[in-house]
Amino acid sequence: MSSRKDPEPPAQPKTGFSRRGFIRGVGLGSGAVGTGLLEREAVAAPAPANVAGPGPVPITLTINGKPVNVTVEPRVTLLDAMRNYLDLTGAKRVCDRGTCGACTVILAGKTVYSCSVLAIDAQGKNIETIEGLAAGNNLHPVSTAFVNNDAQQCGYCTAGFVMAAKGFLDKHPNPTMDDVKHGLGGNLCRCGTYMGVRPAVLEAAKQMKGAKNG
Amino acid sequence: MANTPDYNWPPMEKRRIIGKPYKRLDGPQKASGRAKYGSDIRPKGLLFGVYLTSPHAHARVTSIDTSAAEKSAGVKAVHVVSPAGTEVQWAGTEIAAVAATTEEAARDAVRKIKVEYEVLPHLVKEDDLAKAGARGKAAGEKVVGDPDKAFQEAEAVSEGQYGIPVITHCCLETHGSITQWQGDQVNVWPSTQDVTHYAGSLGPNLKVPIANIHVKQDYIGGGFGSKFAPDSWGQVGAFLSQKSGGRPVILFLDRETELMIAGNRPSAYAKIKIAGKKDGTVTAWQSDSWATGGFTGGGSPPLPYIIDTIPNQRLHHTAVAVNAGPNRAWRAPNNQQASYLTCSALEDFAAKIGMDPMDVFHKNVSYAPSARVETYRYQLQKAAELADWKKLWHPRGEGGSGMVKRGLGLGFSAWGGGGHQSQCRTTINPDGSVLVEIGTQDLGTGTRTIITQVAAETLGLQMGAIKLAIGSSDLPPDSASGGSTTVGGVSSSTRKAAVNALAKLFEAAAPALGAQPEDLEAVDSRIRVKGNPSKTLSWQAACRKLGTTKISEMGENNQRNPGGLNTSGAAGVQVADVSVDTETGLVKINRYIAVQDCGMIINPRLAESQIHGAVIMGISTALFEQRVMDEQTGRMLNADMEFYKLAGINDIGEIVVHLDIREENDKRGVIGLGEPPAVAICAAVGNAVANAIGVRVPNIPMTPDHVLGALEGRNA
Repeated sequence: MSSRKDPEPPAQPKTGFSRRGFIRGVGLGSGAVGTGLLEREAVAAPAPANVAGPGPVPITLTINGKPVNVTVEPRVTLLDAMRNYLDLTGAKRVCDRGTCGACTVILAGKTVYSCSVLAIDAQGKNIETIEGLAAGNNLHPVSTAFVNNDAQQCGYCTAGFVMAAKGFLDKHPNPTMDDVKHGLGGNLCRCGTYMGVRPAVLEAAKQMKGAKNG
Repeated sequence: MANTPDYNWPPMEKRRIIGKPYKRLDGPQKASGRAKYGSDIRPKGLLFGVYLTSPHAHARVTSIDTSAAEKSAGVKAVHVVSPAGTEVQWAGTEIAAVAATTEEAARDAVRKIKVEYEVLPHLVKEDDLAKAGARGKAAGEKVVGDPDKAFQEAEAVSEGQYGIPVITHCCLETHGSITQWQGDQVNVWPSTQDVTHYAGSLGPNLKVPIANIHVKQDYIGGGFGSKFAPDSWGQVGAFLSQKSGGRPVILFLDRETELMIAGNRPSAYAKIKIAGKKDGTVTAWQSDSWATGGFTGGGSPPLPYIIDTIPNQRLHHTAVAVNAGPNRAWRAPNNQQASYLTCSALEDFAAKIGMDPMDVFHKNVSYAPSARVETYRYQLQKAAELADWKKLWHPRGEGGSGMVKRGLGLGFSAWGGGGHQSQCRTTINPDGSVLVEIGTQDLGTGTRTIITQVAAETLGLQMGAIKLAIGSSDLPPDSASGGSTTVGGVSSSTRKAAVNALAKLFEAAAPALGAQPEDLEAVDSRIRVKGNPSKTLSWQAACRKLGTTKISEMGENNQRNPGGLNTSGAAGVQVADVSVDTETGLVKINRYIAVQDCGMIINPRLAESQIHGAVIMGISTALFEQRVMDEQTGRMLNADMEFYKLAGINDIGEIVVHLDIREENDKRGVIGLGEPPAVAICAAVGNAVANAIGVRVPNIPMTPDHVLGALEGRNA
């Protein structure tokens, strides 16, 4: 049940917004958090200069290598920005809490749950999504392997699984079955397609290596 | 010829496409993220709907004030679902809904709705019947034979208490729809198991002519029995759209609400006593069972399951109403519960008399419906063989001297299937193109693929020559995908429509071939004279004989008279091979054997996927899933996917499927496989754990908590 994928580390102050920066900004130590004081003080305190929002802010995301401008509130997750603002609906919102992997994307080479990354924090990094995996009507070798091994039923988890498998194979190009069972532990399927996913990832590994070497 | 056309399935040896493992046709769309589900549709001007739900399990709404929400930025519509005076009977009940230009704005607005409640006393747990009080409604006692005498005279009596909790469907796509109600026209993109009847259910509530409601669904992200009707959110989404002046509104439940109110499987608990002979023959059954299906009832497992002609029985069932979301059909309703209770009690009886449960099950399947007795015997033998039962089974408590004990357990299942009411239209155009249309839906079971296989087989064409349209209310009516009846229904209606259309094509082509229509056959994309393959026309050339008039023919599966094309009745036997760590209480599946009866298999790859899926879902329920209710707050404590656990890719062991494709089964026609293999998993896993550790763990799921509890009880 456990996942090897950790949510992204706390945001770096690159975008001007981070939890740590926020706490510093209102001039309170963490000791105040438990008292409820922080929340009340935060409303009254003047906004520090480097805080984004709470209203919509223009941001630029690099999605599948292309810059995309969008205006969202800082609280909007990368997943919601893609689905609700950019019509990129391949990643699915299922648990919305970093558990199921249906929203998996690859952010700066790292496999992440896009429901657990703020859109503003995803700026400046390439975001690989299922939409960018293959051009036109072509299929990426991972997608092809999922089709060949019937690693899908309703398909709602599939796009996330394919992205997780792609990210896994980027780092582990020559996995064993045991590696696959652990490496894909961060994605959940309700229809029960795991018996297809297992051989699909191994088949994809073979195909992708062939593609690289060839 | 006035004869009834021959709709029969072609004999096994003549099939070119039926029975072959074609890859699912919508696989590439899904695996590339291009498949658009209802929740993915983004029409122009889309508004985002969000619900406010009740935090209380039982309360009366005394006042509701939406004025601040209405003024909130971006809000275009507010709809009150539960006005003042409404008595709420479960936490998560919909109180009001807001539609706004962004989801964030809608969530902000929902927080501004002021609701006051008079909180009323609640009951949310049913595992202890003594605490149910007036909430328990006894169904009355049912007696067969003379159970008192049978128990008195029995050579052996075993007793036990067993429980299987409420679980949720947890469809990955939550319930909901996108709805646009503009003027007198309503467009809906739902997530539904019943495209055909959706408009008919929605129309009266909206007071819109059903003909004006257009339903479109290409893909659905899981249903499992929970997504038949439009539900209240179907209506509320429409009302929000209307109130906003006709803008489309997306209203899908969030995960928490989904798990609380959008469907669950009823629980079942029972105290069971079995009397029998030392040779393993059961002579009497007594059960005091209780269950909850939520506040509105439901949940009455048919006991004793399968072996229901035990000569002496005393049955007593109590339905408990709790303040929690209502149950819905859950992949083989009541069967998992009945299988778990019955197979657990039977295994305990075997342990009591010191017999191998395989032998005890063999002996007692004589109490199953007579038509199935031999099937079960065959399947028990097959399952034993595949599980290496003779070598690996051991008497209880002899699972090894180490901390980790291995055990084997057994369960059985039965299901109907059959074919639902379905109509198909097959069109053959003068240019040779073929369109097959059915108002059905593909739940991920492979419905698109099997319809196309049947049409291609019947018309003598390749798969790629068939264009298929499903998932729209404008198409010929089909039925709900429930009860494993879709494959039987759509395969039969498709077969008939294709046979009927082909007969018309034969009429058009016959003069050119100098033959009678009934002498023609369609093979390898050609129309030719039977027995004289040299007299032949290509498919295209034959279709050109139609001039400018297309052929459009209907075919219907009559649910009550399927004409031998489909039937019902599937049996199964399953064996779990588990290891239990007696120090941590962790249960691990080593292997899982599923021996499954079937009818004519249209696509063995998809059939196997169905069985894998059913078993994996069952393993998830056997090891992890339970709705945890909090007595104090009346709320579900694990209404999220972190703590409502589903099995992952490494939790399921190795699954071995034996699909019983024999000619005698093939002759029965098509039988659905969605539910039959989903029944026996809790039974088999529970029995395997008991076999491993030597003590019965009464309650599913087989969590460390439950396992250690049982082990400690034994030691105490």
